[in-house]
Amino acid sequence: MSDVIKLKKGLDIRLQGKAETVFAQVALPELYAIKPTDFKGLVPKMVAKVGDKVQAGSVLFVDKQHPEVKFVSPVGGELVAVNRGDRRVILEVVVKADNSVAPIDFGKSELSKMSRQQVVDKLLESGAWTYFKQRPYNVVANPTAEPKAIFVSTFDSAPLAPDYDFIVSCNEEFFQKGIDALTKIAPVYVGTHNSGCSKAFSGAKCEKVTVFDGPHPAGCVGVQINHTNPINAGEKVFTIQPQEVIAIGKLFATGIHDFSRVVVLTGSEMKKRAYVRTILGANVSTMLDGNLKEGHVRIISGNVLTGTQVKADGFLGFYDSQITAIPEGDEYEFMGWAAPGFGKFSLSRTFFSWIARNKEYRLNANTHGELRAFVVSNEMEKVFPMDIYPEHLIKAIMAEDIDKMEQLGIYEVVEEDMALCEFVCTSKIAIQKTLRNGLSLMMKEVG
Amino acid sequence: MKALRNFIDNVKPNFQEGGKFAKLRSTFGAFETFLFTPNETNKCGVHVRDAVDLKRTMIVVVLALVPALLFGMYNTGYQYFRMTGELSSVGFWQIFGKGLIAVLPIIVVSYVVGLAIEFASAQMRGHEVNEGFLVSGMLIPLVMPADVPLWIVAVATAFAVIFGKEVFGGTGMNIWNPALLARAFLFFAYPSKMSGETAWYYNYSKDIAVDGFSGATPLALANGGNYTDFCEAFFGLIPGSIGETSAVAILIGAAILLFTGIASWKTMISVFAGGIVMGWVFNQFGSADNAMAQLPWYNHLVYGGFCFGAVFMATDPVTSARTEGGKFIYGFLIGAMAIIIRVLNPGYPEGMMLAILLMNTFAPLIDYFFVQKNINRRLNRVKTKSI
Repeated sequence: MSDVIKLKKGLDIRLQGKAETVFAQVALPELYAIKPTDFKGLVPKMVAKVGDKVQAGSVLFVDKQHPEVKFVSPVGGELVAVNRGDRRVILEVVVKADNSVAPIDFGKSELSKMSRQQVVDKLLESGAWTYFKQRPYNVVANPTAEPKAIFVSTFDSAPLAPDYDFIVSCNEEFFQKGIDALTKIAPVYVGTHNSGCSKAFSGAKCEKVTVFDGPHPAGCVGVQINHTNPINAGEKVFTIQPQEVIAIGKLFATGIHDFSRVVVLTGSEMKKRAYVRTILGANVSTMLDGNLKEGHVRIISGNVLTGTQVKADGFLGFYDSQITAIPEGDEYEFMGWAAPGFGKFSLSRTFFSWIARNKEYRLNANTHGELRAFVVSNEMEKVFPMDIYPEHLIKAIMAEDIDKMEQLGIYEVVEEDMALCEFVCTSKIAIQKTLRNGLSLMMKEVG
Repeated sequence: MKALRNFIDNVKPNFQEGGKFAKLRSTFGAFETFLFTPNETNKCGVHVRDAVDLKRTMIVVVLALVPALLFGMYNTGYQYFRMTGELSSVGFWQIFGKGLIAVLPIIVVSYVVGLAIEFASAQMRGHEVNEGFLVSGMLIPLVMPADVPLWIVAVATAFAVIFGKEVFGGTGMNIWNPALLARAFLFFAYPSKMSGETAWYYNYSKDIAVDGFSGATPLALANGGNYTDFCEAFFGLIPGSIGETSAVAILIGAAILLFTGIASWKTMISVFAGGIVMGWVFNQFGSADNAMAQLPWYNHLVYGGFCFGAVFMATDPVTSARTEGGKFIYGFLIGAMAIIIRVLNPGYPEGMMLAILLMNTFAPLIDYFFVQKNINRRLNRVKTKSI
């Protein structure tokens, strides 16, 4: 019997545009990209050059600080572009697919006979190591680090998030195989939810399976870590997502690094909302062609709380299994602050929308107000189920007080854990950006 | 609305950098965002945000103050006609009209002076105009006696906004509640205009008052051993500051604040709890000679500014404790301290204002202990692990 942890604090944002649990057929795009900007703090060093022929699994670039961490091509074909931004920062490494190119075979392996180092080496070699994110800081894991545990959250509680129980359904054995591989590196903790949870998750053979019950952010792995085995100063843990565990399972079972992913198309501005099979880093254009409603639409790789805005011909984020389309909302509203606000979603009951408790909302990307100093108290606490004072932590970061940040628990949080705090903030403070600034400062000063 | 929007878009370049009136940018921005919520969208972090903003929050608080304001107007008229002895010969609207004439100028002065300073200081710093004064501007008139000279209101408002808020950096940065600071400033600077028996009556003069008229407030009366009836004080047709007399009207405001989730029930309940406990303690153990100590504890809650302070002043999130546990202590001490000042300080029977200002000062200290407790919990986790 697994432990059940009930979380009361949090908020389920009732967004319109949930996807049906069916697969839609979408043609695979021609272009794929790995975006170094998806990896916080990474300084990429190009290995392949434009024009190089690559296989699925060939190295495109490596981490400058840890050259053994390889970022590989998700498809076979040709490296066609390295798109750069300001100060020549690499934004996208684009590969044009050629279906005739076979993927690299990394060789089947008998997990039970492998040492920890052999497992690590194989993951590094195949590029699968980059699936691990290391906390504190939420950066690509350091291969020399000795994490105290690896955490997998098998459900996503974010608005319109993919249903991993549905996604895992044909890959259950690979999920367990992946967990077995992870266990070689560190004890694995799996977090599940209790409604209709897949047996692959609830029955996973690992160190511990914990059931989390409650509103978002119950599915955030950071919240789960905080409630099962919190990170103390000096400790490290790795986190990884279910689809990535499956890919690792397949890698050890078949020798092929399988980059296929299931992505869910959601959001009020998406016409056909369904699950699609695609490949890591896919160009989103084929998924969105003719699928967006009229008007100024914002396309997000990921969910509305933590995702990244992409263009209609942009690329799926490395860690994302969701594309959301919402209205941009860049229009003025006459005396908006005085309107009764039946269609406005708010945690507070300052708008009359509290009357309709189950209504789903078509929210847009408008800020609904201007930036102010902290005034209202206890709104972030309501949606932040950790034993941390969010406001005091953010203020410590703003003051760049490193000791205070550490004392107030900055090691335990990353952006996604505090995304809801940003959502509810009356003063419209950029919580996630501030937190990242704090994390970057800690990385630089403390390491 | 399209025409108005177009007009704003047309004149907007004049107020932007390099425009003719670039110096008035903040003022223009304040009016623009008042008319139209901006079209700004999220650039980093979350893509959707809660619909509530500070403007909305402040407007709801002002709305919650309206019952107390309306009742205050009526009561001002009521007290006036009680003073002149004409109460039986005037109708509802005459009474209310008299109150309106008395109170409206105070509100206008408070808003005009306060907003002028807010706009000017926002302009000077190149900030946007903050919404905080929307509430302070309403609170200040409500804690004034009805007969207060308008120039005093102006001076007090200016003092509160400049020294209570702007010197600390504006809304969200202040240590003391600006409206209470205004009241405290007046109380110590112009005591004769702010208390005594006559300040509560609009246009008071001996000539128009009926013979033998006594205008003492319930608290002053209680000091002499005359206890006003609970129900009368609860309903609120008694002399006192404009907005503070009616517990009924204030509790309607409290309901709005609590329902919308703007004010903290923890603070509010704790203030009442502190008042009840302290009042009861004095009832039980206080000196029998001290009439205030013997005032039944429930009467404390409806006399003077206790209710108003508990609902609208103590719950000001900026000056209150910001940790959840801290709010209980903060509130309780305000309630207890207010009663202690009332009972033990014969010179000044109203203790609510001083109690809140005092606890405003100590709120960061209360928070410090709660935050430190959290820090220690985290440190202990490491220690227990290493053992």
